[in-house]
Amino acid sequence: MHDTQAIRQLVLRGRRRDAIFAIIGLICMMIGILTLAFLLAGLIQDGAHRLNWSFFQNFPSRRAEQAGILSAMVGSSLVMLITAATAIPFGIGAGIYLEEYARRSWVTNLIEVNVTNLAGVPSIIYGLLALSLFVYALDFGQSILSAGLTLALMILPVIIVSTREAIRAIPVSIREAAYGVGATRWQLVRDHILPYSAGGILTGVIIGLARAIGETAPIITIGALTFIAFLPASPITAEFPFISFEWLESPFTVMPIQMFNWLSRPQAAFQENAAAAGLVLVVMTLVMNGTAIWLRIRFRKRIKW
Amino acid sequence: MTADSIGQTSGAANSDSRFAHKPTRHIGERIIEAILFAVSMTAVAVTVGIVGILLVESASFFEQVSMIDFLTDTQWTIMFADKHYGVLPLLAGTLVTSTVALLFAVPVGTIAAVYLSEFASVRVRETVKPTLELLAGVPTVVYGYFALLMVTPALQWFMPDLPGFNMLGPGLVIGVMIIPYITSMAEDAMRSVPMQMREGSYAMGATRLQTSMRVVVPAATSGIVAAYILGISRAFGETMVVAVAAGQQPNFTWDPTEPGATITAFIVQVALGDLPHGSLEYQSIFAVGLVLVLMTLFFNVLGHMARMRFREVY
Amino acid sequence: MVEKSTMDMSIRVEHKESSTEARALASLKAEAKALDFWYGENQALKSINMRIDEFRVTALIGPSGCGKSTYLRCFNRMHDLQDNTRYGGAILFQPDGVNILDRSVDPIEVRMRIGMVFQKPNPFPKSIFENVAYGLRVRGQNNRTEIADRVEQALREASIWDEVRERLDDMAFNLSGGQQQRLCIARALATEPELLLFDEPTSALDPNATANIEDLIHRLKEKVTILIVTHNMQQAARVSDYTAFMYLGELVEFGATRGVFTNPAKKQTEDYITGRYG
Repeated sequence: MHDTQAIRQLVLRGRRRDAIFAIIGLICMMIGILTLAFLLAGLIQDGAHRLNWSFFQNFPSRRAEQAGILSAMVGSSLVMLITAATAIPFGIGAGIYLEEYARRSWVTNLIEVNVTNLAGVPSIIYGLLALSLFVYALDFGQSILSAGLTLALMILPVIIVSTREAIRAIPVSIREAAYGVGATRWQLVRDHILPYSAGGILTGVIIGLARAIGETAPIITIGALTFIAFLPASPITAEFPFISFEWLESPFTVMPIQMFNWLSRPQAAFQENAAAAGLVLVVMTLVMNGTAIWLRIRFRKRIKW
Repeated sequence: MTADSIGQTSGAANSDSRFAHKPTRHIGERIIEAILFAVSMTAVAVTVGIVGILLVESASFFEQVSMIDFLTDTQWTIMFADKHYGVLPLLAGTLVTSTVALLFAVPVGTIAAVYLSEFASVRVRETVKPTLELLAGVPTVVYGYFALLMVTPALQWFMPDLPGFNMLGPGLVIGVMIIPYITSMAEDAMRSVPMQMREGSYAMGATRLQTSMRVVVPAATSGIVAAYILGISRAFGETMVVAVAAGQQPNFTWDPTEPGATITAFIVQVALGDLPHGSLEYQSIFAVGLVLVLMTLFFNVLGHMARMRFREVY
Repeated sequence: MVEKSTMDMSIRVEHKESSTEARALASLKAEAKALDFWYGENQALKSINMRIDEFRVTALIGPSGCGKSTYLRCFNRMHDLQDNTRYGGAILFQPDGVNILDRSVDPIEVRMRIGMVFQKPNPFPKSIFENVAYGLRVRGQNNRTEIADRVEQALREASIWDEVRERLDDMAFNLSGGQQQRLCIARALATEPELLLFDEPTSALDPNATANIEDLIHRLKEKVTILIVTHNMQQAARVSDYTAFMYLGELVEFGATRGVFTNPAKKQTEDYITGRYG
């Protein structure tokens, strides 16, 4: 085709289509961000005025103006404690095993396939598993312990995957160097692999915990109550042995459930409480996820192999 | 070269202690490896656990409720006096909300991915990708708030007859929730299409849009399909948005403007009430849970087959 | 000096018209005038002046990093795809006499008239037929019979028609490396380009495939002007009418191939040709 005029027309038309698509693409890209902005605006408008000190110090109450999220916050913290204490060692351990120890065999494949599958299982199914296993079969009851373990199982795949990716980023030469001076495998892991991958692992842990804090469905399923007007017994006691485990068995509530409970009530005052709780939740998860992302970027920049 | 063999390769005539391995060190390593292995098997144990309890409890359920009724009855009134055990209303609820979500998220997510991968500058991409991750981290119950108190009223502005509880609002919000997942995975798939392929297209005089749609997207089909499957799984499994904003009445309808309940919302509803261990109500949540897992499994397998077909050859 | 005489013989066999008269008769297709190019702060091409004659094969040779690929890619504005690149000077394209490096010239327009074949074959994830038809579709051509005719013609010109005529709907990836490269040539030919750029087209291929493509180039030049970059000097000697020797971004020597190889004017050229450095 040597007709320059025709070619020119064609090219102009093509450029115009490019430009139109670019605009559409930009809009599509912004939809998520705009939604977040609207959401935050709505939460702030409805709930910001409820965020005073008493909100954080009160228990839920039939009177909306006096209700607070104290029990929910404490409940969330204690549950997170269990979740972290369980998921972190198990997740990192599994990640280390799969990357450093495992040979290619059907067992290893089985484990890997399972990890991938579990990442896609809806969270409520974990609730069903926990109900049957932790609450009844193991008789942990509808307690903080059950909740913590449930969430730990749920975020296990996240931690395993991010541990593996962090370990994979370490070049083979480091391993060869360590073995070359006579280190054992465990020494290699303890002295080299873990320290160098710590950043990536930490990122995964934070993301996992952020997800766990916001999860409602599995916790409701195992029977967290939505109206808790007391705190579980404190882990630290005044007398010997100074540590109590009573709190593990205590009924409890967590923040997302508290928000859900308020949201389910028609009165506008409770909706405002829900908005306030939502604001606290969103800020918490945004800060946690933001920190994780920032950490990831920083670690990627620092270590140049 | 493992730590064990180092001692052996230098096995000189010297049987002196220096090259012998310390038996305790050896055992220590084995123990550590065993512990780590056991820890890794938890993943398998969890899967076994899930499959196990779902099957066991569902078996008990189906001893009392016929499978035919379960699959064909159009009412699910298990909490009321007149008990019906048809799963169709719940299935419809799940499918309607998920379809609305996907009809919104698939085009928007894919176009956003194409834009990010092929049109946007590096700076824009570096800023937007983390933002999408932040978006994915917002708790679902907060999205429920969004659906109930912001989206539905907005929709009612256009459709005055829309009931306060409906499946359209939550469906759209679920769509917004899964957009980051679809965009992120699809964009990764597109970025990994080699530059040479794009150059081949540009060298033919193709525009950016032509190159993206005719060359890059087809080349990245495998990853894009995986992204869609992930979206479908997420949509099926979504609980709180529907529990808050769709009403909790199981309703056998394909009309998204009506209220409805999904499988997941039903489980929540039952769990909120009294749940005597071993009762029919208790077992029913496992039966519907099984249906949910089978649905997700079905699409995962479908997706896997599709990915195998479209394997990138480069 | 055994090398020189073997080259001598092969040139005498391949190139029948070697007189200056023949050269004067060839018209100009493109001309680089004081062409500069920068990657960021780094100047990769320095003031290159070169004639590209129509219906002739011009070869670019030189050690790695001398800028021959960079120079080639200026002709179809491929550098526009990257950030932080800058052209200087001009490439005049005939018969329009337009400087195709000028900002006001749309690179897409340039690429519709100047085609390129790459070092590593890069067929699209499509069928053989659709690969060749791609250029036509991108130009808005929709007539099925037209497309089918042009595709067959291009595949014949690329000497691959007989091997693929029975399986036009097969995926292009199923072809061998040499076949894929001929497919890419067919793809470029389907749109009847005025100038065809070859960027080391046989470096990824085995000797048989290489010989096939060299034959092909020799035949193609009757219809298309060809500019070819090659790291293989013998290939340049076998295939081209003119050869340009580049070194560190500059054009060191340019002339009729036979002359450049048998009697290079510059010592640098001679050193390279005799293998003193690579």
